[in-house]
Amino acid sequence: MNSLTRLLAATALTLALGSAASAKTLVYCSEASPEGFDPALYTAGTTFDASSRTVYNRLVEFKHGSTETEPGLAESWEISEDGTEYTFKLRPDVKFQTTDFFTPTRTLNADDVIYSFERQLKSDNPWNQYVAGASWEYASGMGFPDLIKSIEKVDDLTVKFTLNRPEAPFLADLAMDFASIMSKEYADQLKEAGNEATLNQQPLGTGPFQFVAYQPDAVIRYKANPDYFKGKQPIDDLIFAITTDASVRAQKLKANECQIFPYPNAADVESLKSDPNLEVPSQEGLNVAYMAYNTTQAPFDKVEVRKALNMAINKQAIIDAVFQGAAVPAKNPIPPTMWSYNDTVQDDPYDPEKSKQMLKDAGVENLSMKIWAMPVSRPYMLNARRAAELMQADLQKVGVSAEIVSYEWGEYLEKSKAKDRDGAAMLGWTGDNGDPDNFLDTLLGCEAVGGNNRAQWCDEEFDALVKKAKVTSDQAERTKLYEQAQVVFKEKAPWLTIDHSTVFMPMQKSVKNFHQDPLGYHRFDDVDIAE
Amino acid sequence: MQRFLISRIAVLIPTFIGVSIIAFAFIRLLPGDPVQMLAGERVVSPERHAAIMQQLGFDRPLVIQYLSYLWGLLQGDFGTSIVTKRGVLSEFFTLFPATLELSFCAILIAVFLGVPAGVFAAVKRGSWFDQSVMGAALVGYSMPIFWWGLLLIILFSGVLQWTPVSGRISLLYYFPQATGFMLIDSLMSDQKGAFLSALSHLILPSIVLATIPLAVIARQTRSAMLEVLGEDYVRTAKAKGLSRGRVVGVHALRNALIPVVTTIGLQVGVLMAGAILTESIFSWPGIGKWMVDSVFRRDYPVVQGGLLLIAMIIMFVNLVVDILYGVINPRVRAG
Repeated sequence: MNSLTRLLAATALTLALGSAASAKTLVYCSEASPEGFDPALYTAGTTFDASSRTVYNRLVEFKHGSTETEPGLAESWEISEDGTEYTFKLRPDVKFQTTDFFTPTRTLNADDVIYSFERQLKSDNPWNQYVAGASWEYASGMGFPDLIKSIEKVDDLTVKFTLNRPEAPFLADLAMDFASIMSKEYADQLKEAGNEATLNQQPLGTGPFQFVAYQPDAVIRYKANPDYFKGKQPIDDLIFAITTDASVRAQKLKANECQIFPYPNAADVESLKSDPNLEVPSQEGLNVAYMAYNTTQAPFDKVEVRKALNMAINKQAIIDAVFQGAAVPAKNPIPPTMWSYNDTVQDDPYDPEKSKQMLKDAGVENLSMKIWAMPVSRPYMLNARRAAELMQADLQKVGVSAEIVSYEWGEYLEKSKAKDRDGAAMLGWTGDNGDPDNFLDTLLGCEAVGGNNRAQWCDEEFDALVKKAKVTSDQAERTKLYEQAQVVFKEKAPWLTIDHSTVFMPMQKSVKNFHQDPLGYHRFDDVDIAE
Repeated sequence: MQRFLISRIAVLIPTFIGVSIIAFAFIRLLPGDPVQMLAGERVVSPERHAAIMQQLGFDRPLVIQYLSYLWGLLQGDFGTSIVTKRGVLSEFFTLFPATLELSFCAILIAVFLGVPAGVFAAVKRGSWFDQSVMGAALVGYSMPIFWWGLLLIILFSGVLQWTPVSGRISLLYYFPQATGFMLIDSLMSDQKGAFLSALSHLILPSIVLATIPLAVIARQTRSAMLEVLGEDYVRTAKAKGLSRGRVVGVHALRNALIPVVTTIGLQVGVLMAGAILTESIFSWPGIGKWMVDSVFRRDYPVVQGGLLLIAMIIMFVNLVVDILYGVINPRVRAG
């Protein structure tokens, strides 16, 4: 920017600020800097909050506060009998945002949809490597390059996706961040100017808020999109004040320097709750922490042994010590906020005496094992080392001596995958798309052995159930299959299911209409602030 | 003087190459790689992993990677961040003014409080003033920055509400960053109250960052002064009947300053280390926080480029200190 444009920009901003003196502003103390603003390139929730959930929309959206889907940019769709053709009817007259860096000349059409996906799927697409090393992590992770055969424009407002096989979670996948719809017109303009990388720095979409400016590591500014197809938002300005330290975020909220923030320290929650100006709603997170036995290695190949070990461990004590109560014990591999959660499943009770007896009956004596503890704090397990120590003490009581091992995080993830891994590895998962398949098949399916399936557990009965559910489009039918799968899981006990953590969202009482999302997003559409 | 300068600058070249090798090797010695870090719990297949590493150029032999890195450096190309996809040099210069502004304020506080405190403590050796300055210095030196920062926030921002909690300026103010130095930009912005807001945001982080250098400088000044005050020429000056102020201020202080200037120069490295923690607590968008994030993400180009740039700054400051030495002490110049 030369000095003249700077001066002009400054003048314009000053004027804008002056006229917007009465504007409603919401400040959100976010926990980290976004990696960039093209959601398809990244996997972090922080990045999604700052890009896909503010600036963009998708064909299908998650209902606010739920893992169920609803129409987004597509107002309706049809699925062929065999479940391989999805035809989406786009909402007419959806305007892209008008900003100081782009003015659209047309409304949303099928070209935008095709562009948004093909750049991720086809390595010969000119946008596939618009930034070096673009790996399109989620599109690949969800298997899209193999799954999608073609995407065709039927007419301006109709797009047809043809799949190579039926896949029931496909609609939920389309509600994920990487499936955000970009403006092809904006992309073309950037390409013409040779500024492709700007797509990742100045996002432009159809969403409720439009991007104004980003000061790296400090502040992101948005304003309400006046042309939003669901109507203008109640607040005028949305500001993300990047504040990495959780205690400092709490202090900023108390001083009303921000009105809402995520991820408080467990230790701060009580003091925040006692502040008369604040409220601290909570929700169970869409996550699970588990310890995976290596079910291919003796003696963990015996169901009785795994069950006995599960009964030796006092989960509530772990939750009290590590989460200060801010978690619930897990009995199923999927969290209670997810559809098809089977609440009739009975957890293995904490019963050291019975555990000892069962081990004895199974012919296991003087067992010594390894417990793998992650070196990092994760939302589902704040302190794995501490949890492992408690488990070690519990196991000691039933005559099992446990050794705690840990590696640097990258190495830990790699080594814990090994099929001949020694001992039980602690790990966890946070849901991507709210579909049970994303937990059950991803983490426990036969194909994931040697990868995400750290129990190396391939059970025919379980696998048949989740594979059938994957290709069934009727949700009631799928629910039944997943409920059965959870029963099988509990009987065979490949994991010790540890906990689902509780997510707190402290805010000023003046913040209205904020819904916590089980998927972990922080969305500000429909949120209002009392003056 | 010229020979002195040339010899000092010549030393910088092998240092630069050495630092570039260390910076390059250091991040690669850590287990894990950027692709794995990006994927987290999600498993990346070995084929895809290899393909992405190839796209990023990390599949080549290390020596080739280093040489191509060095070649880039010679042309002023510090590489591109794997994560943000922005140029390392441009990210550095976006964030560095914030660190510089904070470090500058911190070193000002440290020098303008530390040197006089040390001098008075030496002159009044054994007095209650001496005892309390040295006691406070010891406490300051041993204080964990993280805890100290939070303590100040809770007291001054939480309880007393005198200062803002964190950030560089109130979010009400919004103007383009012409220089990156908030104090200067806010003055140039013509927005009422912006400068005061920026200044009030600087107070706590500067104090926190200044604490350790302040303690070190005060202690160093005191011991250097004590040594000089016992010298024969000081006794002679006193015997000549010079005023106490002149003896201390001119004869003693000038000579005592030599080790103190060295210490101040060395504090620049300490400031950079302290800035990492201080910036994290006060959400200060500088290079300390940027480096830490990049190490966790295994963002090789940023870590190696950032380390090199920081090392270059420290080398430059040390060069300036060496030159200052020459000015203060003619004997160094000749040697």
